[in-house]
Amino acid sequence: MPLEVYLNVAIGGILTGLVYGLMALGLSVIFGVVRVVNFAHGEMMTIAMYIAVLLSSGFHLDPLILLIPIAAVLFVFGYALQTSLINPFITRPEYVQFLLLVALAIIITNTLLIIFGPDARSVQTLYALESFQVGAMIIDAAKVYAAAAAIVFAAALFAFFRLTLVGKAIRACADNHTGALVVGLDVKRLYALTFGLGAACVGAAGTMLVLIIDVTPMLGPSYTLLAFVIVITGGLGSMPGALVGGVLIGVTEALAGLLFTPSAKSMFAFGILVLVLLFRPQGILGKRQT
Amino acid sequence: MTRIGMLADRRRVLAGAAAAAATLAAPAVLRAQGGALKVGVLLPRSGYEAGIGQDCQRGANIAPAILKSMGLPDLTLMNGDTESNVDTARARAEQLINEGAQLLIGAFDSGQSTAIAQVAEQKGIPFVINIAAAPPITEQGYKFVFRNFPTAPMILGDAFADQKEIFAITGAAPKSVVFMHVNDTYGTSMAKGIGAVMPKFDMPYTIAEEIAYDPAARDLSVEVAKAKATGADALLVVSRLNDAMLLTRELVKQRWTPQAILSMGPGWYEDQYFKTLGKLSDGPISFVPWYDPHKKLTPVLEAALAKADPGVNLNTNHVFTFEALLIAADAYKRAGSTDPKALADALRTTNITDNVSIGPGIAFDAKGQNDKVKDGGIQNRGGKIVTLAPKEAANAKPEWPLPSYLSRG
Repeated sequence: MPLEVYLNVAIGGILTGLVYGLMALGLSVIFGVVRVVNFAHGEMMTIAMYIAVLLSSGFHLDPLILLIPIAAVLFVFGYALQTSLINPFITRPEYVQFLLLVALAIIITNTLLIIFGPDARSVQTLYALESFQVGAMIIDAAKVYAAAAAIVFAAALFAFFRLTLVGKAIRACADNHTGALVVGLDVKRLYALTFGLGAACVGAAGTMLVLIIDVTPMLGPSYTLLAFVIVITGGLGSMPGALVGGVLIGVTEALAGLLFTPSAKSMFAFGILVLVLLFRPQGILGKRQT
Repeated sequence: MTRIGMLADRRRVLAGAAAAAATLAAPAVLRAQGGALKVGVLLPRSGYEAGIGQDCQRGANIAPAILKSMGLPDLTLMNGDTESNVDTARARAEQLINEGAQLLIGAFDSGQSTAIAQVAEQKGIPFVINIAAAPPITEQGYKFVFRNFPTAPMILGDAFADQKEIFAITGAAPKSVVFMHVNDTYGTSMAKGIGAVMPKFDMPYTIAEEIAYDPAARDLSVEVAKAKATGADALLVVSRLNDAMLLTRELVKQRWTPQAILSMGPGWYEDQYFKTLGKLSDGPISFVPWYDPHKKLTPVLEAALAKADPGVNLNTNHVFTFEALLIAADAYKRAGSTDPKALADALRTTNITDNVSIGPGIAFDAKGQNDKVKDGGIQNRGGKIVTLAPKEAANAKPEWPLPSYLSRG
């Protein structure tokens, strides 16, 4: 098989993996600070995808333009969810939190099924079927735009956590919950902000992902699982780890499909996860807990 | 009231209750002599097959009025949703029979149809399968199960014969194909069937590579890149709707227009494929059980569908669901009774020539299988479907090769 076929597939895997990484980044941020595992993560992304489809078809707006507004909507959704529903469960056992979020995921999936029906929906853009020819390689234009937007959004989030006071306060909460309370930080509000930011990440990722794949109500669970695979591979709670994990899983799936059989792509992604759990349980960029 | 009187009253009440219970418990079919035949229509209206189940329902909805205009008896449709689930299909079949269904039709899916067939046989209620291709359903020695749809080997045999007919008309044929298929039960059984049946037909092409993919795949870029890299002339596919759309998009993005797309399954001729892809939907050739455009009942069905569901093209789902009800009404007329045994006896002697699907008509062999029904080779043209083969059903010449995706505007 010619070399450009491998390069084509690997580049496609990297581009898709960056969008996956942004989605998983939201899960990692939420867990890293709030210590709640969001089992409704993929379902929240599906909400963002449907908003993108509705606004795109209704107002002929490009999902790239809708990226920030939809991220903002999901931020509000995440903030409200944390303050109203999740905060009361923060101190409860983990299995209770698990049941709460799984219940939320089921409600979201079935609500979307009632509203939109089972058929797949997509956005129509001018570049949906375009590709760039670079030498002998043909690169999907929609994936390039989606990956670029994912990088910009992730960079903005990194900057927020590094450079702003609120970002530093959230990191302080993540580092030492008791210390944050002692110095007078409003931890519950910061938790809500963090959950909002995680939801915004997944909102942005969903808006970009709808450029690459069609959305159905049943999409959520598989992407929740994918987000877990990525963050555990990259390192739970590590922001760069989520992006690295996303790219690794994206490339692994793509090359496994090419070199072996496409129907076994997911098997190789899970294979990577098993190897990481065996040899580096804290994840590629995660910190070993003492 | 005396003691004896009280006992007598109690006995009367008990006897009355027993009689009432016996009446309620008796099979509903015995209470429903004459009038309209109650037909339980079992389809996957929700779940992952919802789109196709709802499409089949369109064929059921337009049937009673057409059948009445043909002088056939009235039918009362009792709808049951299998929820695309085998266990639910079984439960709904039992429920419909308990509610008085005198005959069942359905259920689009082989697994669900198998479950319903077991219930129908156990309860002694005739079951007419509209769509299901798994051969074992009519190999069980059932007395109440009838299928007006070709089995997978019949579909494949006709598909290869139709392909050779098309190649003969065009004077061109691919030398090699890449075979892409979903790796679900249907896709893998078709793949096995192709491996077994193809050598008997001395096809002009070889299979350069077989690529199986996940039916839930959201991105088929790798699969198409791999297929393109084989350098094969054409694509041979067994897919479903969503993956048919994904494959088409990837062909456009990866700038590959094969000589032909030869589909041996659903997806490529369905309305949503046309609506979603517009001009890009033109060209694929599908080999499926289809309607004969020359039969006199076909325009009647097309007109009824156009009135009930404007913009929807007549397809396999409508035709075979309609024909299942046609078979039911015909059997009821000849049986003159709703007695299930009389209905089953009438079904066994079915001989309908005024039908819609390709082939000489509808008649069942000793196993309850219509062995006369045929596939058609159909091509997408400008949002419509034309029939290319077999020649007795053809209404257009093949457009060959597939027009380039890059020049479609």
